[in-house]
This record gives sequence, C-alpha cells and structure tokens, in this order.
Amino acid sequence: MFPDLFGSMNELMRLLLSALFVVIAAGVSRWQHADLEQDLLIATVRSFIQLILIGYALELVFNQDNPIFTVTILMLMIWIAGWTSASRAKTLRHARWIGIISIGVGTVLTVGILVLLGVFAFVPNDIIPVGGMVVGSAMSTATLVMTRLITDFRDQQLIIESKLALGATGREASLTQFRQAIRSAMIPVVDTTKTVGLIKLPGAMTGMILAGASPLEAVRLQIIVMYMLVGAVTFTGLVAAYLTYRAFFTNDHQLVSLEP
Amino acid sequence: MTEWIVEIKDITLKRSGKLVLDQVSLSIRRGEVLVVIGPSGSGKSSLLRCLNRLETIQSGTITFDGNNINSIPILSLRQQIGMVFQKTAPFDGTVADNIAFGPQLRGEQLSHQEILELMQHVALELELADRDAKNLSGGQEQRLAIARALANRPAVLLLDEPTSALDPIATHKIEDVLLHLSRTTDLTLIWVSHSAEQARRVANRVLLLEEGRVVRLDTVDALLDIDHGDPHTLAFARGVDDNGAQEQP
Repeated sequence: MFPDLFGSMNELMRLLLSALFVVIAAGVSRWQHADLEQDLLIATVRSFIQLILIGYALELVFNQDNPIFTVTILMLMIWIAGWTSASRAKTLRHARWIGIISIGVGTVLTVGILVLLGVFAFVPNDIIPVGGMVVGSAMSTATLVMTRLITDFRDQQLIIESKLALGATGREASLTQFRQAIRSAMIPVVDTTKTVGLIKLPGAMTGMILAGASPLEAVRLQIIVMYMLVGAVTFTGLVAAYLTYRAFFTNDHQLVSLEP
Repeated sequence: MTEWIVEIKDITLKRSGKLVLDQVSLSIRRGEVLVVIGPSGSGKSSLLRCLNRLETIQSGTITFDGNNINSIPILSLRQQIGMVFQKTAPFDGTVADNIAFGPQLRGEQLSHQEILELMQHVALELELADRDAKNLSGGQEQRLAIARALANRPAVLLLDEPTSALDPIATHKIEDVLLHLSRTTDLTLIWVSHSAEQARRVANRVLLLEEGRVVRLDTVDALLDIDHGDPHTLAFARGVDDNGAQEQP
C-alpha cells in the first residue's frame, strides 16, 4: 500500500551516511562538553519519524487528489502555526485567534490569488508545498508583529496614554507603534528578496535543482515563490497588527492592562 | 451654569478584584484648585483617571458640567478634561508638532501664532518651537505637556503629580504657570500632589484620600494651617514632608 520510501539499498545507504554528520556533531558536543548529545539524539530521531510520517501522509493525500483533504491539511497547518505563534505572545488577549486569523487570511489570500491567476493548480502537489511555504512565512510574521507590538505597548504605554488623554482614538494613539510593527515584519522578507541568489540559493530552488530541474526552471519557480511570500507577509502582517492593536484597547479607547 | 463643574457621587473603582476607590463623593468648583493628597496607593491617580475615563468606575456617577460623563462622547470628554502625567512623554516631532497634536485630531490646524501663545502661557522659550521635543529638560518637557493639554482648550486640567520628578526651581516654575492660568482663566485644576507644602502653596481646597476613601475635604487653611489645621491631616503632612525628603519651599 505504501510506496517504498528508500527505493533501493543505495538510497538507504545515502540516508544513513548523511546521519554521519549527526554522529560527528555528537562527538564534538561531547568533546567540548556542550552537553547536547541527548538533545541531538532526540532531534534526530524526532525529525526522522516526523518527516517519514509526513512523507507517507502527503503521498496518501497526493494520490487521493481530493480537495477536501487538501483544504483540511492547509487548515491544520494554519491552526498549528497560529498556536505556535501565539505561544510567543502569552500576555496578549486572544493571541491564538489573532495568530490563526492573521496566518489564515495571509495564506488564503496569497494561495487563492495564485490559484485564481492560474500560477498554480488546485491540486495537492502544488497547494500543499506552496501552502506550507506561505504558512511558514506567515507564522514568523504573525509572531514578529505580536511580540513587537507587545514590547512597544509596554515600553511606550505613557506616550500612548498621553495621546488617549488628549482625545486620540486607540488607533491614533498607537499609529507609530502600528507602523513600526508592520515595518519590522516586512523588512526581513524585503531584504531577503533584495539579496536572493547573491547570498544563498533559496530552498525551493535548491530542491528543484537537486531533483534534476534545470536552473532556469528552478529560478522561474523561485521568483514566483519570493513574490508570493512578500504577499503573504504583507497580508498577515497587516491583519496581525490590526487585530493586535485592537486587543490593547477597550471600546472606550482605554488601554487594557498589560500585565500577564 | 452651576457652581460645580465636576460632581462625583458614590463612585467605586475595582482593579483586578481590589477596591481602589470606595464610595468617593465630592464636588469641584469651577475655576478652583483642588489638591488631592494621601499616601501612595490611596487612589489619588486612579481618581483622576476615572474623571477622563481612562478607567471606568463600577458604580456611582460623575457629572461634568451637569452631564453624566458616560453620556458625553469619550473623545470630546478627554478634550474638555485634559490630563498631565507624572512622567513626561514627548511625542515624535518638534515642540510645535507636540502642541498641535490635540487640535489636529479634530482636523483643526493651530496657527504658528497660536502655538507661540500657548508656549508663552507655559513660559516655554519661544525659540524652542522648532526644537525636537525629545531634546528638552525635564521641566521644559513638563511645561510642554501642559501646553499640549491647553491646546485642546480644556475646562478642567487633571494634574497627576506633575512636579514630582522635577527639581525645586522647575517645580516652582510649573506652579507659577498653573496658578497664573487658574487666576486668569476659568480653568479648574485637580492636582494630585505628594507634598503638603505644595498643597499649601497652590490649593484652594485640599482632599485627603486614604485607602480609596475621602477622609478630609476642606479649605487649605482648615486642613493644613500649621497652628490651627486639622490634626489628622497635619500628621499626614508631617509624615510625607519629613520622610519624603521632597522639595523645600
């Protein structure tokens, strides 16, 4: 029922040989008393099992080619990303919802637009890897926006309240912090986009080249991926910043207590 | 127009289950300087924050100019009841930008002349108008905060220990500015202070809060006169002025 993961003994050998690096790393850790051997062992075994399970799961979904499966997997990814993101923003009210909604909106808009424009087809082979990249970027963005706003609201509470006391709405009082959060979320992706190819070859492109695609083919996909991630980060950043700043104010434009 | 500009009736404020203000009632006269004193944590700042609804009371009523403050649109309420905080927080931009902030929220553009007049009211040197607001001394920052609040043409100014972070010279300058304003305009000052000495210098009436309750409310002479004042208030005053090592008059 399951396709053979390793294809041949040769493939299995390749995999085992790559594990040699982990053994070397463990050796270095022991030698330098970094005390990471156990963590390394757990990480290695965990990643092995996780990836193999995901491999089989994806194989199954790809073979089914059922849109419900595809959508479910995408939603699951968004859900997990939202929770992960929120775990970095524990002091924020409704952090989980902010994470899930902002990542969800960013992902659905980006993937949706790409499908509508016909760049990708709505088939699991396209949507799941593309969705994974988008959700991953959106997750970092949501975390960045939430944590940045939490820090800024805490550090600049007095400025914000002084503006409220002059009759500013919550939005007006926190406009500077709102803009800073969006900037800080977008700067990494803008910088990566600027230097792409010069500093490192991005993952999608590397993968395609390794799998035997021509560099030009790989570049074509990479360009799409880069622009797509800019979109995802922008949509998610905007929604996350909007929902986060709202969580700091009551309807009467009062600052919500920032204590955990 | 009634004599009372603010009337507070039986208000209670709880914060995370803890009683901060307990059945507080008092009325404040138009144009008077009411100084609120009391130990730390007695609810002085919280009382101010309820008046411009930075916090919401759980029970009781507050009226401003005869209207329940809950029925006044909150942003308009905060323009009419301005507030100056203990610590200063200059906004981005120049001194002039800072002063123009409040009116700008309502789409009203202050002229350069109006800005200079406001600076004059608070004794800010006029050449500071184009200076980055973050390059001011503590006393200048606090006078800027007062000018910023005055730009909204408030009827009441809430002052939350505006001089506690300042040296005696800057403190006296602020007191002079505020007293001058209160004498030449109808502005009502509700002034939280940690210093009974300051209360003696500026107050018409004094309110002593303890554990969120009104303990005394009377004229400054009745409460704080060294010879004939109220023993309880004087005991408190001696306590803070002796231990606090606050400013010397």
